[in-house]
Amino acid sequence: MGAYLLRRLLIAIPSLLGISLILFTVLALAPGDPFSEMATNPNVPPEVREALRASFGLNDPIMVRYVRWLSNMVQGDWGFSFASRIDVDTLILQRVPTTLFVVGSSQILALCIALPVGIYAATRPYSLFDQVANTLAFVGFSLPTFFTGLLLILIFSVSLDWFPFVYRSDLAATGWRWYWEMFRQAIMPITVLGLFQAASYTRYVRSAVLDVIRLDYVTTARAKGLGEKTVTLRHITRNALIPVVTLIALQMPAVFGGAIVTEQIFRIPGIGSLLIDAILANDTPVIMAVTFVFACLVVIFNLIADVLYGWLDPRISFS
Amino acid sequence: MKDQDLGHLIARVKEGALSRRSFIRKAAAVGLAAPFANQLLAFNGVAMAKANLPYKPTKAGGGGPLKMLLWQAPTLLNPHFASGTKDQIASRIFYEPLAGWDKEGNLFPQLAAEIPSKANGGLSADGKEVIWKIKPGVKWHDGKPLTADDAVFTWEYAADPATAAYTTGAYKDIKVEKVDDLTIKVIFKEPTPFWADAFVGVAGMIIPKHHFGEYKGTKSRDAPANLKPVGTGAYKFADFKPGDILTAERNTEYHVANHPHFDTLEVKGGGDAVSAARAVLQTGEYDYAWNLQVEDEVLKRMETGGRGKISAVVSGDIEFIILNTTDPWTEVDGERSSIKTKHPTLSDPKVREALNLLIDRDSVQKFIYGRGGIATASFVNQPAKFKSTKLKYEFNIDKANKILDDAGYKKGSDGIREKDGKKLKYVFQTSINAPRQKTQQIIKQACQRAGIDLELKSVTASVFFSSDVANPDTYTKLYVDMEMYTTTQPQPDPERFLNQFVSWEVASKENKWLGRNVSRYTDKDADEAYKAAQKELDPDKRAALLIKVNEIFCEAHVILPLLSRTRVAASVTNLMHDHSGWDVDTWNLAAWYRS
Repeated sequence: MGAYLLRRLLIAIPSLLGISLILFTVLALAPGDPFSEMATNPNVPPEVREALRASFGLNDPIMVRYVRWLSNMVQGDWGFSFASRIDVDTLILQRVPTTLFVVGSSQILALCIALPVGIYAATRPYSLFDQVANTLAFVGFSLPTFFTGLLLILIFSVSLDWFPFVYRSDLAATGWRWYWEMFRQAIMPITVLGLFQAASYTRYVRSAVLDVIRLDYVTTARAKGLGEKTVTLRHITRNALIPVVTLIALQMPAVFGGAIVTEQIFRIPGIGSLLIDAILANDTPVIMAVTFVFACLVVIFNLIADVLYGWLDPRISFS
Repeated sequence: MKDQDLGHLIARVKEGALSRRSFIRKAAAVGLAAPFANQLLAFNGVAMAKANLPYKPTKAGGGGPLKMLLWQAPTLLNPHFASGTKDQIASRIFYEPLAGWDKEGNLFPQLAAEIPSKANGGLSADGKEVIWKIKPGVKWHDGKPLTADDAVFTWEYAADPATAAYTTGAYKDIKVEKVDDLTIKVIFKEPTPFWADAFVGVAGMIIPKHHFGEYKGTKSRDAPANLKPVGTGAYKFADFKPGDILTAERNTEYHVANHPHFDTLEVKGGGDAVSAARAVLQTGEYDYAWNLQVEDEVLKRMETGGRGKISAVVSGDIEFIILNTTDPWTEVDGERSSIKTKHPTLSDPKVREALNLLIDRDSVQKFIYGRGGIATASFVNQPAKFKSTKLKYEFNIDKANKILDDAGYKKGSDGIREKDGKKLKYVFQTSINAPRQKTQQIIKQACQRAGIDLELKSVTASVFFSSDVANPDTYTKLYVDMEMYTTTQPQPDPERFLNQFVSWEVASKENKWLGRNVSRYTDKDADEAYKAAQKELDPDKRAALLIKVNEIFCEAHVILPLLSRTRVAASVTNLMHDHSGWDVDTWNLAAWYRS
């Protein structure tokens, strides 16, 4: 186990280096200029623009810039944003709590829906409930979040006027009022993301349970005279959830990475909106940092998923 | 009313015997419109000092919160680093210049005690010196007094190339001296008719020496005040999350009595323009949204709820088309569209004249831009004294056909005109933006009916407006026959703006396409008129010279102006606000109130 972990961590280093190199090259080759807004402004002399490019090191060859970025990164210096001229790590840390709250809650909501619905549907395959659940699941993951998001805004904000559709990270209220305001502003984005995720989770849970439900040990359990409830929860679900746990572990990077589209629609100041703003402003240090952190999370959670799988299922060995 | 009488009245205003208001009333009585009467005063050197928004509240505070929504979020709060309008708007909440520009393009004193003029001794006769008197009793948010040292320091800070300030253009060629604690003298190298640049408007915000003093030059990025501003403005800094939200509270020590009205201020950023309009006009979640580049039809639909209103003010933005008189398809010395080449057909003035007749400006305004633009034939439209009255536009396909027939361009079997084997087929480029693509379509259809074939090309804005030397699709490269975009005249004076019509600014490989003259067309008379205008101290003569530069290019049909763009903002019905096309939206934030 220890040797396996070490080997996996060592393999992760070259893959992360490769990812960072590709990201950096693609960003450097992509068209665009962080100072484009100055280009049409006659008040900013071209020399100023050129001086800024030079002072930000944009005129150096790509490889020089990459090596500089990498050595700074290794020393814990993530660079500073061209747009706000403050350190990138500060910017990212400001966004993490909101993203964790919104995307995390939506994942919890998704599980709360997917688990009972998936299990119940699988224990009664092709029943009316299963058919309805299946249909809704298909509808759920066919509808993109930008559509459901706008739909909810139109219904609950514009027509009914119940919820605000602009998310504020620092609410002016305190005490219970704060919780109430937070609930009002977070419910729509969480619902949009949660339902979308729940739709695909339901399908996974259902098929995982279906795989297990026909196995001999389930028949044995029933033959022993165990109640249906005990059989489903203790015998079927425990085993059926092993692949689902892996799936959730693989989803974790997304919890940190934020949801770009939904964050943009509801103006949630999360990592996703930071990334999209940085891309639009050609703010390379921020794009690099966010995407690289995301790459690291993917690599780490892949490892965690593998380890977790072995721990949950003793049949799998790491040797 | 005879000229003599008018002159007499103006003289009385100058002496102070007659108020500006009663002058305008008297002028109106004989049929002179108020803006024109204002112009008369301006021409005659009377300082303009009138807020566009009469302030009704009788005490400061008590207005509750004011919530603004900027669909591009502010990312920094140092006015001299502010690259985009969003950052300038946010900085202006805390910092103020000596004077700002109101919506009519007049100077309005903010930290200055008065606007310098010849009459008050502020402007020297040779046009080389300006003396600004700073308003006494102004305090920074931390309680320290504002003095001439702060203004002098602002100049040193912005002029230092190592600071890398975006406003450096306004400061690098001047000298600033302290006369006494509340007076500074701005010294120009050359006679400068347009003196209101340094310490005025967007570039003019004065920063405190006691906070930035140690952070001049290369250390500029480390100043704590970059993110925690200490200014003189009507609202004090509370909290800022770059790219998200900015909060502020009322400055109880503000230097204008009974101002401001609101207790707290919140500026939220992010999202897109359409939903920003919706949050104000339909749900009323926010009080004010800025820069709504949204199709007018959509805005009108949102307005029907009656919760909010749209206001549009004139600005110096002009949407226009460049016809390339150089050859974009032949490479000479490593560049296309070199001034050493000639366009096979567009160098013919008759073809350009015909193209100008094929643009249906009225339809473009009516069906696409609505309140967002005013059809025009003049490149400079604002302020009115700089607009050419001679230039007129016309949409006439028959006339265009006739001109082309007379010039010898015959229709071929494919319906496209040609002469000497050169076809009238052009590539027409612009940036990706829904109204621009629709405008391209309207022009293409009209051109088809005159036997001209346009191939439409659109480039992502981030590429089109970039200065990427390696990219062939940037607007300054002009590697096409014609292109369309908006350019901004930042101040209510077109001198610097018109440098895009002079021969020494031609964009070329040599200057990495950073030259301002993108059209590459040059004219000796235009050069001369421009040079003369730079030195001319008489406002009327100078305006005439600048109008001439504009007319030369428009009459040569190299520059085809389409629309003079307006700045569109949305506000809830009861918000009284004052936004100006010549300054940022928050320039007069202290005077906003809720009725």
